[in-house]
Amino acid sequence: MSEYILTLLVFVPIAGALLLLLVNKEKGGLIKSFAFVIALINFILSLYLYFNFVPENGFQFEVNQSWVQSLGINYHLGIDGISLFLVLLTTFLSSLAILSSWSAIQEKVKGYMVTMLFLEAGMIGVFVSLDLFLFYVFWEGMLIPMYFLIGIWGGPRKIYATIKFILFTMLGSIFMLVAILVLYFMNYNYTGEYSFDLLKILQLPIPFGAQFWLFLAFALAFAIKVPMFPFHTWLPDAHVEAPTAGSVLLAGVLLKMGTYGFLRFCLPLFPNAFMNFVPLFSILAIIGIIYGALVSTMQKDIKSLVAFSSVSHLGFVMLGLFALNMQGISGGILQMINHGISTGALFLIVGMIYERRHTRLIEEYGGIARVVPVFATFLIIVTLSSIGLPGTNGFVGEFLILLGAFKSKTVYAVLGAVGIILAAVYMLWMIQRVLFQEIKKEENKNLLDLNLREKITLIPIVLLIFWIGIYPQSFLSKIEPAVKNMLEYVNYKSEQMSSCEKKFDEICEAKDEPAGYVKFELRRCTEESVLNLR
Amino acid sequence: MIEYVWLIPLLPLIGFVINGILGRRLGKTLVSLIGCGTIGVSFLISVKILFELLSLPAEHRIIERVVFPWIYSGLFKVNVSFLLDPLSCVMILVVSGVGFFIHVYSIGYMGEDKGFARFFSFMNLFVFFMLTLVLSNNFLLLYLGWEGVGLCSYLLIGFWYEKKSASDAAKKAFIVNRIGDFGFALGIMLIFWTFGTLNYSDVFLQAPSILTLGGGLATAITLLLFAGAVGKSAQIPLYVWLPDAMEGPTPVSALIHAATMVTAGVYMVARCHVLFQLAPFTMGLVAVIGAVTALYTASIGMVQNDIKRVLAYSTISQLGYMFLGCGVGAFASGIFHLMTHAFFKALLFLGAGCVMHALSGELNMQKMGELKNKLPVTFWTMFAAVLAISGIPLFSGFFSKDEILWKAFSQGNLILWIIGLVTAGMTAFYMFRLFFLTFFGKSRVDESIKSHIHESPKIMIVPLMVLAVLSVIGGYIGVPKSLGGGNNFESFLSPVFGEKGEIALHPASTEYLLMALSVVVALLGIFFAYRFYIKSPDLPKSLAQRFSFPYKLLLNKYYVDELYFKIVVNPLLKFATFLWQFFDVKVIDGIANGLANTVNWFAGIGRKVQTGYVRNYALGMVFGVLLILAYFILR
Repeated sequence: MSEYILTLLVFVPIAGALLLLLVNKEKGGLIKSFAFVIALINFILSLYLYFNFVPENGFQFEVNQSWVQSLGINYHLGIDGISLFLVLLTTFLSSLAILSSWSAIQEKVKGYMVTMLFLEAGMIGVFVSLDLFLFYVFWEGMLIPMYFLIGIWGGPRKIYATIKFILFTMLGSIFMLVAILVLYFMNYNYTGEYSFDLLKILQLPIPFGAQFWLFLAFALAFAIKVPMFPFHTWLPDAHVEAPTAGSVLLAGVLLKMGTYGFLRFCLPLFPNAFMNFVPLFSILAIIGIIYGALVSTMQKDIKSLVAFSSVSHLGFVMLGLFALNMQGISGGILQMINHGISTGALFLIVGMIYERRHTRLIEEYGGIARVVPVFATFLIIVTLSSIGLPGTNGFVGEFLILLGAFKSKTVYAVLGAVGIILAAVYMLWMIQRVLFQEIKKEENKNLLDLNLREKITLIPIVLLIFWIGIYPQSFLSKIEPAVKNMLEYVNYKSEQMSSCEKKFDEICEAKDEPAGYVKFELRRCTEESVLNLR
Repeated sequence: MIEYVWLIPLLPLIGFVINGILGRRLGKTLVSLIGCGTIGVSFLISVKILFELLSLPAEHRIIERVVFPWIYSGLFKVNVSFLLDPLSCVMILVVSGVGFFIHVYSIGYMGEDKGFARFFSFMNLFVFFMLTLVLSNNFLLLYLGWEGVGLCSYLLIGFWYEKKSASDAAKKAFIVNRIGDFGFALGIMLIFWTFGTLNYSDVFLQAPSILTLGGGLATAITLLLFAGAVGKSAQIPLYVWLPDAMEGPTPVSALIHAATMVTAGVYMVARCHVLFQLAPFTMGLVAVIGAVTALYTASIGMVQNDIKRVLAYSTISQLGYMFLGCGVGAFASGIFHLMTHAFFKALLFLGAGCVMHALSGELNMQKMGELKNKLPVTFWTMFAAVLAISGIPLFSGFFSKDEILWKAFSQGNLILWIIGLVTAGMTAFYMFRLFFLTFFGKSRVDESIKSHIHESPKIMIVPLMVLAVLSVIGGYIGVPKSLGGGNNFESFLSPVFGEKGEIALHPASTEYLLMALSVVVALLGIFFAYRFYIKSPDLPKSLAQRFSFPYKLLLNKYYVDELYFKIVVNPLLKFATFLWQFFDVKVIDGIANGLANTVNWFAGIGRKVQTGYVRNYALGMVFGVLLILAYFILR
């Protein structure tokens, strides 16, 4: 089972999607139920990972088959403590997203569900790939369903939004593709073997200069995805136009691919460059935190408010990752999950009220807590999680991140913590204008409260919010060993590389600036004598 | 029972969950039974634990219990674990005891409200967080309780959320508190990275060796912690939320905004006294902020007409006293005043609630008067509380307040002592003003209400009586040695604060003199109140006219709210709008769209070449051929 489980997780949704193609498109109910069952099966399958995961074991549930032998492309899957919960988050949110589309999607139901299932497969693929080529395939492939999701089932400006989304993402991906190819050929030069395998490329000694450029190429792709300030403008547009389920997965999962990428690729592949970029990225993260929060405050559309708040929250995640210590990175990983849960829930909730009133403008509401108390309760709970109230999941993540940032540089934590004040400002103001005060609009007086399906969608989220808030150990204990390994590995590798670089410089100086090819050989010798990366 | 200390917070939590989820289906009787019952049992357990603690030798009265691991990450390890010592024992008794009676009172007070179950579930949740706050054995769990009570305060201030003023006040309370908590959270982080732990016992044990007396680190940690206290306990400059918090139902004001939550800051400072004593600068600041706040808000309280607002400013002022006590190193006295204040201020609020209940919700004291005979129980119980807070001898407030003043004096802080003394006089004045305006003089009640003024039902009155008894006798557990008492309260707390021998700098005669002086000042305040509001009720008006500027300044609370709005809120909103409308839309999006448009423009030019006419392409080819030929010929 362990060998097949990841493959199953990727291919069950694809198989489901293919089967769906055979169903008559008139049978909407059947199509929805079938898609939901597939997503649910996939979620239950993914629980197998949780229960059989051994924190100390590094990569597990691995499968490594040759795919295109001549090019050294492998079908290499595996997860560790960093990706485990992202996979679970994906299967969890996909199920809820499909459930939430039940009444929201009335047109082209079949196409929609097929797209959703393909999207799920693509997202899981990104998190489980350990082969750079395979990773790239999933990374780009997953854009296609998202493109259709926004472009077909989106709002009035869907075409603008979806093209913007695609172009932004592609812009970054192109550089990443080039960087992947450079790594591929560097690996060939070094070992004489063609391979895209991440675990092999990790052992490659990459000179500082190359690290710098390769880091930037990867980082651009990931930073756009996160999105980090100033690459965030595709996000509000995409969110506002996307259908509810699209927003849920976009915020809940897609953005995490960026932060995940930093952690999985940028950090271990280019540790020295990563460390050099700590100040820049920490500052960008902090700008994102404060900027996102401030811009959120003034939004008139609830969805774009939540979208900008994501910029702020993801800023926290980045701040944690770039703190480069246990608390910062663990907190960052946990916060990826937390943001997926809380922001996913916020989008679900906004979607529910949108279905009733067909508007997302804050000013159209007010006082609806009286008519829809259950809805109000859920919204308040999720808000509390989003503003990081202790006892909810948001607190654990944010506190660990700030604790880590505090260690790395006190001023980062001080500035980051400003975001926590601002979060209360924009969220509570929104809550006040939507739920509280008197009902002014006639249309709101007869709103229906949540139905059973909607409650079922939200209850698991609320349970998770408190579970992670009160007993985060069931998550942190699985994340921690992976982070510890990563940090040890990164520190070791960066030190090795530094000493190698130093020695190489000394030799070059002694030889009075040798010519190119001599230099190449020299470097090779230095690496062999100094490095022990395996 | 000590083993089961975790039951104390757990029971109200269970009450919250049951009432919160099933409340609307349970019916009012069951809801109130669950709401009050869970807290009642918590109170009984607390009493039992007090006696068990007393039966132990003093040095064994500090007990820690780990319940389960909470957050572990690398070196960072924090448990959900409780600390039972004399200090937390006093706090759980006050919280669950006063909390219980306020809950009982609420059955009557909130009886007609649509949100009855919601009210009780929030109140239970509050008690849960408050008990967690005081029982925690580490800073992070303290922070959980700290933010949790803030949440409940938010939910309960905005309980009548349909009123804009209520939902505004709730939001303001939460955000202002978050500003203080910003410092508090950073303080906790600094403590962790300094000591490698967040457990009180470990931190306090290592503090003297790691921190130097008066060193920057000690000062930084304590200043950050104190920022949190300033927010939660409504001190200058973050006090602005508390007066507005009166938008909540009156039992909420009594429980959260008088007796318990707002005293959390005092509790926290007292709890961290080891750290604060290493930072003389912070101690000085605590004392000064406490004293100035006490004086400043007392001055506002003297002219307000809203009965609950007077009490709110009075609460801020009394909290200032407690900080003054802590700041001069008299932590036990601060906690002593915290306790007696919980009794009499809760009583005052509940009494005010009875008055409002009788007058169909009237808050304006100018529309009260002559209620003495119509609300006899409220009148007599409130009288006890007014005497207690004014510092009349033999009532609880006298002992605790005098203790603080005496400590301030004996520490040589003459100015702080004078401020405290003046504030005491002002306190007596505004409390008796409130009392006279409400119960004496001619009735100014609206005609429509006059006919059905009635005393509140028993369920509301009995809690008043209990609290009145406590307001009278509560001070006797801390009678100072000079008055023949043993100061049992201070010696009970000594395992926490350490034995402090009576400072023998001043002879007992000085202490008697000071006591007499503060009694005289209090009597003076009462005399003025009597003069103004009973003897010649027209005098205040003519005074207000004659001194219209200072009067208006006080009436408008020194315009601080307006000032904050002008210098903080508005600029922030403007800046945010600028960031969004200009920077995000014009600059960032402008660049992105501009790039796209540029590409589009070039593509538009390029497209013109592709006309689809063969003759155009042929022309192009001819030109090409000519160019190539020209190149070869002219080469």
